[in-house]
Amino acid sequence: MSSSILSLDNIVKTYDKNVAVDGVSFEVPKGSIFGLLGPNGAGKTSLIRIITTITRADTGTVLLDGEKLNSRHPEQIGYMPEERGLYRKMKVGEHLLYLARLKGLSKEQAKQQIQHWFEKFEIEDWWNKKVEELSKGMQQKIQFIATVVHEPKLLILDEPFSGLDPVNTNLIKDEIHQLHNQGVSIIFSTHRMEQVEEVCEHIVLINKGRNVLEGKVKDIKDQFKRNRFQIDYEGTLPAGLEQRADIVEQSGHSITIQVDEEGRSNELLQYLLQNGVFVIAFNEILPSLNEIFIRQVKSK
Amino acid sequence: MDKLWLIIKREYLTRVKRRAFIIATLLTPLAFAVFFVVVGLIFQYESDDTRRIAIIDEGNVLEKSIKDEKNLYFKFVNVELQVLRDNFDEFDYDGILVIPKVKDLMSKNYTVYYYSDKQPTLDIESLIRERVREGVKDYKIAALHLDPVQLEALDTKVALEPEPIDEMGQDASKLTGAIAAGIGGLMGVIMYIVVFIYGMMVMRSVMEEKTSRIVEVMISSVRPFQLMLGKIIGVGAVGLTQVAIWAILIPTVVLATSLVFGFDSDTQMQMAQSSPGAAEINPEDAEAMIALAIEEFNSLNWWTILPLFIFYFLGGYFLYASLFAAVGSAMGDDLGEGQSLTIPITIPVVIAFYIMIVAVQAPNSSLAVWSSIFPLFSPIVMPARLAFHPPLWEVLASAIVLAASSIFFVWLSGRIYRVGILMYGKKVTLKELGKWMFYRD
Repeated sequence: MSSSILSLDNIVKTYDKNVAVDGVSFEVPKGSIFGLLGPNGAGKTSLIRIITTITRADTGTVLLDGEKLNSRHPEQIGYMPEERGLYRKMKVGEHLLYLARLKGLSKEQAKQQIQHWFEKFEIEDWWNKKVEELSKGMQQKIQFIATVVHEPKLLILDEPFSGLDPVNTNLIKDEIHQLHNQGVSIIFSTHRMEQVEEVCEHIVLINKGRNVLEGKVKDIKDQFKRNRFQIDYEGTLPAGLEQRADIVEQSGHSITIQVDEEGRSNELLQYLLQNGVFVIAFNEILPSLNEIFIRQVKSK
Repeated sequence: MDKLWLIIKREYLTRVKRRAFIIATLLTPLAFAVFFVVVGLIFQYESDDTRRIAIIDEGNVLEKSIKDEKNLYFKFVNVELQVLRDNFDEFDYDGILVIPKVKDLMSKNYTVYYYSDKQPTLDIESLIRERVREGVKDYKIAALHLDPVQLEALDTKVALEPEPIDEMGQDASKLTGAIAAGIGGLMGVIMYIVVFIYGMMVMRSVMEEKTSRIVEVMISSVRPFQLMLGKIIGVGAVGLTQVAIWAILIPTVVLATSLVFGFDSDTQMQMAQSSPGAAEINPEDAEAMIALAIEEFNSLNWWTILPLFIFYFLGGYFLYASLFAAVGSAMGDDLGEGQSLTIPITIPVVIAFYIMIVAVQAPNSSLAVWSSIFPLFSPIVMPARLAFHPPLWEVLASAIVLAASSIFFVWLSGRIYRVGILMYGKKVTLKELGKWMFYRD
């Protein structure tokens, strides 16, 4: 048993002369919610297609739960692609049954599972509805059920919230958290950073087919913090402040400063207090993933 | 294997259960029946328009005797032409036929004159010509003092009876060629239609999966090749079902309607005669010929022809349907844009169709022989030649080449398909399709 549900080692994939993935390696810890990030065209979808066995890597190895990828693995993976849809003419029940059986469930198992999800989403009367009769939001629910109906160990969601209204977004988020609590590992691929910060514990950032950043969200933020502090105060600031710290921003009775070393923040606070400044708030400003993302993508 | 079976089942059942499929399958034989009834009624329709024609026989050529026809009456009159013409309305004739004296007994040409306020209709014109021809013939025989019996004997009917060199060989009758051509042509046409209808069905279905974006969901569970093969087999089964239903229903319905509407053999004869080239058959000969034709039809080796036909059906279908699937996978949301990609597939089908037409007339020409071995043509050309007893080696060569090529083309198309279905928003050229074959998985 390995501690990673998925480990990628030096994956390369080229199409014609175009290098889509150029030596990407990372580990997805078991039971985590893992963010696969990158701008459009970074190679996220190419990587996911390799993990889901849709395509094969030119070189490099992929291990799922310690095993080299093989043809039985798709049954352990639930994949919701960014480009997703359903057979419009099929009935909802039949459709889910079909997809579930293609994932290796028996007819009875599949029916049971579908029933379970229908009850959960309170859509018991949808079995005989045609897909084309459903609204887009309703279809997304069916799509989600289709992704998880076979109880996969690893769930891969490619831009899962694109095209979802806020109600369904929350519904799916709740389901993701519930599955996470049940021990399902989840890879969450997106370029929307605010969603990542909300749900992911680990991330890898891909750009131009290479990984540029990897680790726990908290560690990455620490790594990229720039010792900036925001101070809300009353009174007047001492004139010598500028020699002790860089002033990044100043407006009204709020100032953002940057110090060159972590420990210097204490000295600075002391200095302010000694000089009669009445400090109301003193906060460290951590960079958002978005900032880190943009900084990283631009710098490379 | 299980998954392939699931895919085949879905592709088959969703189509067969569709209302449009049921309607088309049942309505087509009905349309045949309606066509048959309408044509039958048209031929049974008799003109209720009675016409009277006055004959001025200047040289007494017809000797006052000419057979009347239903609704068409002749009357010999002894009135001057000018008088008749002046009082045309009062005499109430529809036309005046003037038969001049036969001036030259040895001349082959003879002209009669028809006066009317209306153009003579085609049937009246040919009837009058025929009646006058017979009359003039009798007149000439009498005037030249010839013996009618001897004359009749001069008109010798020649029949050609094909016989095998080898005494064990199959004895063919004079109708073998025609029957074989008919059956061959029919099989060729069915193959042509099958390749187009069901090949296109596969193509459209592939496109739909791509544009509805279900395809990536599907291939995260099954291999693209399985999905493509399942679809081709499923649609092929739909085609076999439909063709089988038609093969039973169409003859049944046509037979039933002909019984209900009581079209007798005369009507059928008329219908047969109305087709060009069949005009000069007299009814007795025709009946004998029909009997011979039925015998000939039964003597064909159906236990060889039918299984081979099904083999070519499957071979041709797999070959072309897989190509259509490959093209469908390359098409994007814009149908018009991809249309040009289908041209390289449709051209061989159309060429094969024309070769088939020629092959039916000259089944052992080198064009026919080589086309029935070339795999893009053989599914259409070879079935057309089956009834002509082609040599065994040709059938074997053709069948082996077709089987191997079908497998090859399914494999090749699979390689294009797996790339094409995941390619969005890109205008695809043939050159690009070629490159896809060499992409690694």
